[in-house]
Amino acid sequence: MEIEELNKIAKGIRRDIVEMVHEAKSGHPGGALSCTDILVALYHEKMNLGLDENGNRIDKFVLSKGHASAVYYAVLSSKGFIPHEDLKTFRKIDSYLEGHPSNKINGVDVSSGSLGQGLSVANGMALAKKIDNKEGVVYCLLGDGEIEEGQIWEACMTANKYKLNNLVAFLDYNGLQIDGNIKDVKSVDKIHEKFEAFGWYVQECDGNDIEQICEAIDNTKNSTKPNIIIAHTIKGKGVSFMENMVGWHGKAPNDEEYEKAISELS
Amino acid sequence: MNSTRKAYGEFLVSIGDNKDVVVLDADLAEATKTNMFKKEYPQRHIDVGISEADLVGTACGLALSGKTVFASTFAMFMAGRAFEQIRNTAVYSHVNVNLCATHAGVMVGEDGPTHQCVEDVALMNVIPTMTVLSPADDISTKKILFECLHYEGPKYIRLGRSDVEDIYTQDSIFKIGGSNTFGDGTDGTIFAYGPTVSIALNAKKELEEKGVYVRVVDLYSIKPVDRDTIIKCAKETDKLVSIEDHSIIGGIGSIISNVLCEEYPKKLEKIGINDTFGKSGNWKEVYKYFGLTAENIVSKFKED
Repeated sequence: MEIEELNKIAKGIRRDIVEMVHEAKSGHPGGALSCTDILVALYHEKMNLGLDENGNRIDKFVLSKGHASAVYYAVLSSKGFIPHEDLKTFRKIDSYLEGHPSNKINGVDVSSGSLGQGLSVANGMALAKKIDNKEGVVYCLLGDGEIEEGQIWEACMTANKYKLNNLVAFLDYNGLQIDGNIKDVKSVDKIHEKFEAFGWYVQECDGNDIEQICEAIDNTKNSTKPNIIIAHTIKGKGVSFMENMVGWHGKAPNDEEYEKAISELS
Repeated sequence: MNSTRKAYGEFLVSIGDNKDVVVLDADLAEATKTNMFKKEYPQRHIDVGISEADLVGTACGLALSGKTVFASTFAMFMAGRAFEQIRNTAVYSHVNVNLCATHAGVMVGEDGPTHQCVEDVALMNVIPTMTVLSPADDISTKKILFECLHYEGPKYIRLGRSDVEDIYTQDSIFKIGGSNTFGDGTDGTIFAYGPTVSIALNAKKELEEKGVYVRVVDLYSIKPVDRDTIIKCAKETDKLVSIEDHSIIGGIGSIISNVLCEEYPKKLEKIGINDTFGKSGNWKEVYKYFGLTAENIVSKFKED
């Protein structure tokens, strides 16, 4: 697909996110907007969403940072997994679109949202492919604050042990978490070196540039190691007053802010 | 005589020809007996090292890809350390995974309280939609695990460290949600599961010699529990006693009490670990220390 087309899709997804969070009066716009381009690159360009002979999806995706559910649902909707009109029911009592992803939702393989758990699940999926000698890649999206969870590093060692080169993880490196800058909250730094020391093939890219994201994914094809793409992103990307503002981690825009955000995304 | 953990290892080997079977461990394969499977099918034995949270997550990823998955570590580290991974990843996602936790209860013996999990039944039972099973001997372990192959969803299977007496025969039947009743005495019912079933059966024999006729109910399916049998026994027998290698808080005694409370209010005497940690020692001495003995059960019937 042409890059202009992908960027247009990403803008539409961002509008959906803002609408969903505004309608729900709750949710996590900052971290959903930051990783929108990664999900668009995956679902609209790189992932093979077909099924193998056992009904397993050829390429799989695990949203470990489950609080970015709004972008996940919007992207799944853009691929026909969820009716678009259902997005406005997000987080409401009579809706199946729970606050964090549930695998009762079409297209979602595993529930997530309790941070730190998704990479292990992705490992298991990649291991299953290895055992059966099956094609396909397992993608996993991690938050940068999320890697403060010890289980992430447990999973890193497992992925290295089993040489899961069919695993491609993204780190949504927007630099902010609820209590502030990730460097201040738990001194999360030297991320590149950390993953390298754990035996991973590490790349960095502009995580809000779909072309760069796609190029980094292409670079993993000949990798012999588990792959991590440190995607430098902007929290709240696309809505000027949300960009790089930690306060927009888990807050819904009021009516005025909503109108302003939508006009910026039109 | 066999331990339920070794029966588990033997069961895994018996189904190993099925290429979909994958077994996981967290550096305890020698102890959990998954090493028996590893010896025969090394390519389908995954050892994630000492990382139980990762164990549960990896097991779920394999199961979500259609594998028949058995994951093992000690009960303390499965139900305790990885509780939230079990709750949020395995059970909330309704993953078809078998979590086989060995070394449950004070039966662990010499390793002492840090390794004697007496809270796992409570922790697993409270998770919505979880299935919790606890076989009592060699045959019941193999038969219950066989049932698990055909029962979709997350399951916690509680296994023990030490050899226990053979109770069942190849004709015995097990089903998830069921129980097995020994005898039809009306003087009382002894409810048990896991290693306390054989203790209860010994008590039943001793009581018979004194002219007291009780029945023993093996509640191997802790969740879903066989409510009908609990109520039937409450109606048909005089005294009710439960015995378990687990805390009396949140264990089978609590589960039975809940059923009785709602359906047929009646007193239940609970034998178990009484709101305390375990104790190092030879397991039989530890059982004696905590009153997990036939003599203690018999004494409950003398008091009346």
